[in-house]
Amino acid sequence: MSQRSGIAKVASGGTELGRVRGLGSAREGTGHFIHQRLTAVGNLALFLWLIVSLVRLPLADLATMREWLGSPLAAVPMILLIISVFWHIRLGLQTLIEDYVHSDAPRILALVIVNFYCLAGAAFGIFSVAKIAFTATAAMTGVPA
Amino acid sequence: MAHETDRPLSPHLSVYKWGPHMAVSIFHRATGDGLAIVGTLALLWWLGAMASGADAYGAFIDCAGGIVGKVILIGLSWAFFQHLFSGLRHLVLDTGAGYELKTNKMFSILVFVAAIVATAALWGFIFMETI
Repeated sequence: MSQRSGIAKVASGGTELGRVRGLGSAREGTGHFIHQRLTAVGNLALFLWLIVSLVRLPLADLATMREWLGSPLAAVPMILLIISVFWHIRLGLQTLIEDYVHSDAPRILALVIVNFYCLAGAAFGIFSVAKIAFTATAAMTGVPA
Repeated sequence: MAHETDRPLSPHLSVYKWGPHMAVSIFHRATGDGLAIVGTLALLWWLGAMASGADAYGAFIDCAGGIVGKVILIGLSWAFFQHLFSGLRHLVLDTGAGYELKTNKMFSILVFVAAIVATAALWGFIFMETI
């Protein structure tokens, strides 16, 4: 494979991915592929952070949990995680539906449901984190988390 | 159409042997979809309950800490690690590497082993902490 890539590079002056980026009528033919992978890497980093954080926290203690999630160093990565994971899911479920649902009407309906679910889920998650972060800050003014 | 039945049928879609590379591929999809539905509902329930208050969070902790909750969480964590390691395999494959038969088979088996080891390690750690 590396030999083939090498030939392709010499022949076209770029990597294989570089040659197909920006193609398609809307110049984003490879957008799905690239976003799937970018969000995958985002998910990897953010979920490792979440797991390492959670195993060290007293999960049943709501006050401590809210204090943790209310601090910027937890609220910001959690919001990023929500965005990354729902974006990734939107792309992944789209692939699943396009592979298995062949009739137009059910496919379009399923794609609309996936898009609505991902947007609504992300909005709900981000709102929950924001509510905790902003009420926590208001409740303990002057007290660092 | 009768004369066509005498001709060889190709590809023989029903004649194949399951291999680790096929299994890891379908497991990637199945775990991804499971996480997308069950995993996000659990995540949103947890975040929403935390934002809502003591009653809602208590109800979440009761469910998550019970036998059924633990089984679901262990299942989700295994699905997560399976999807994670399988995803890493795909990132390697994206570079054009790892398509040689033996290498591909070895990486596929490694994905399954790594997911089980990581799940066992995580829950071993959690149960050791709580005892």
